[in-house]
Amino acid sequence: MPEQLIFAMEVILNGLMAGVLYALVALGFVLIFKASGIFNYAQGVMALFAAMTLVGIMQGQVPFSHLINATFGLHVTHFGWQVPAVVAIALTMAVMVLLAWCVQRFVMRHLVGQEPIILFMATIGLAYFLEGVADLMWGSEIKTLDVGLPQGINLWIDETTFNIFGYGFFIDNLDIVATVIAALLVAALVAFSQYTKQGRAMRAVADDHQAALSVGISLNFIWIMVWSVAGFVALVAGIMWGTKSGVQFSLSLIALKALPVLMLGGFTSIPGAIVGGLIIGVGEKLFEFAIGPLVGGATENWFAYVLALIFLVFRPQGLFGEKIIERV
Amino acid sequence: MLDASEGYTTEDGRKIGGVVMEMKNITLRFGGVVAIKEISFDIREGEIRAIIGPNGAGKSSMLNVISGFYLPQEGEVWFRGERRPQMKPFEVARQGIARTFQNIALFEGMSVLDNVMTGRLNHMKSGLFAQALWKGRAEAEESANRKVVENVIDFLEIQHIRKTPVSRLPYGLKKRVELARALAAQPKLLLLDEPMAGMNVEEKEDMSRFILDVNDEFGTTIALIEHDMGVVMDLSDRVVVMDYGRKIGDGTPDEVRGNQEVIDAYLGVSHD
Repeated sequence: MPEQLIFAMEVILNGLMAGVLYALVALGFVLIFKASGIFNYAQGVMALFAAMTLVGIMQGQVPFSHLINATFGLHVTHFGWQVPAVVAIALTMAVMVLLAWCVQRFVMRHLVGQEPIILFMATIGLAYFLEGVADLMWGSEIKTLDVGLPQGINLWIDETTFNIFGYGFFIDNLDIVATVIAALLVAALVAFSQYTKQGRAMRAVADDHQAALSVGISLNFIWIMVWSVAGFVALVAGIMWGTKSGVQFSLSLIALKALPVLMLGGFTSIPGAIVGGLIIGVGEKLFEFAIGPLVGGATENWFAYVLALIFLVFRPQGLFGEKIIERV
Repeated sequence: MLDASEGYTTEDGRKIGGVVMEMKNITLRFGGVVAIKEISFDIREGEIRAIIGPNGAGKSSMLNVISGFYLPQEGEVWFRGERRPQMKPFEVARQGIARTFQNIALFEGMSVLDNVMTGRLNHMKSGLFAQALWKGRAEAEESANRKVVENVIDFLEIQHIRKTPVSRLPYGLKKRVELARALAAQPKLLLLDEPMAGMNVEEKEDMSRFILDVNDEFGTTIALIEHDMGVVMDLSDRVVVMDYGRKIGDGTPDEVRGNQEVIDAYLGVSHD
């Protein structure tokens, strides 16, 4: 097999893995958008917030320590204990549920029935607020996150491919784990929305508020639940990205990468988010590999957005989105 | 003929039970506009109770008060012998009051079957994980709920469209699906907001037949609002007549028909 083709295969594999991570973030957007028609700009910051909280809890950091120290003239930073990863993840999830409740109680509840653009603006506000709170709670320095996920080159794949092609593929273990977890997450979400009472209620609320009320569904409860689920997806994405590239502010910017994914897949489709993520992941890696050298490289920075732009022109609802029909 | 005693017997020989719902001196205002003014009436077990009146009489407002969508400024709502505290619409629904809407509120993106299944939401008790994994109690519960739903679907003769997305159905069938969803909840009181509005004669006849059959077969207590006088008089056991937010008549269709104030309201005698 020609060398170029083998390289291309490795590039595609790596692209798929990267795509899974994009899809993870995009999923959070789709969930909230489907259930409440809100485009949640804060999804990326929620992932950052979740990751920071997780690290903070694991290391036994005192939340708001800078604030406490400045106010009372103390010098506390840590409780002096370490929390096991599993417990810390559970606690972080509890924090995300609390956050969901706060968002619903203090922001969204007052904006019921408003124009989508107003709700969107509210989530922008939420994003900046949350970013500030995260910094204030846990400090703004870059942290490493290690919840015990395997990392580094997968030797088995390296050896096997070396034996077949005479060239070992470099596939990161973390990417493999991310793929498995993303698959599980999607399966769980689908099962949740199709087969549970709460899932059915969620779809009902997304469709018609009045009708939902008339069959005994509490809108408030469902919205808190939806934000909690989005918080859970943010937590998973935060763990993956945080483990991969450290917990830092730039984590919240991965949300921007989710935008082209959504434009490709459609804002209302869970499978769309997955496929969109994979296309962007593979597309940008392959483009960089094949065309990059001709135009001086660094195409990964813009490829996804240009692709999304082309999609917007020819298929604005995305690959899987509901067709937008204006009835006259 | 009517007093506070235990029910009465209709002309066609059906036994009507005690009071299920009682409205006492209900007043509802929107800003300065009085939509309902000191209205009292009751709904008895097993009867078909109609609320009629000209446009803007406050009929729909009254239905919205019963179903909790509007909160009256004055008056008391009594349901099954207890005074109802201030409640949200979803809490009222959970008490066993199902309703349909004048402008149809269905889940357009779902199939007919899924729509009707949402009517069973409050009858599902098993845990989240059991449901997701579809095991044990959840499975038994799901099939019990499915049975109720299939029954209702058979009853309203919509088997042939079970899997069709609601958005593709014509108006008359949508109305029927909405009725099916309300029935699936096995309500103690069923509220129908203009069930025949916008229908042709044939569809109206079908709907009348279904309403009568539902009452007959399941013994469901029904309160309905309707414009079409002819239909109302044929369907209902007792009628409340409203005009400009006031109650101007209450009784059997024959009694109401002979009421001078009612005749005036419908023929448009000037109020001076």
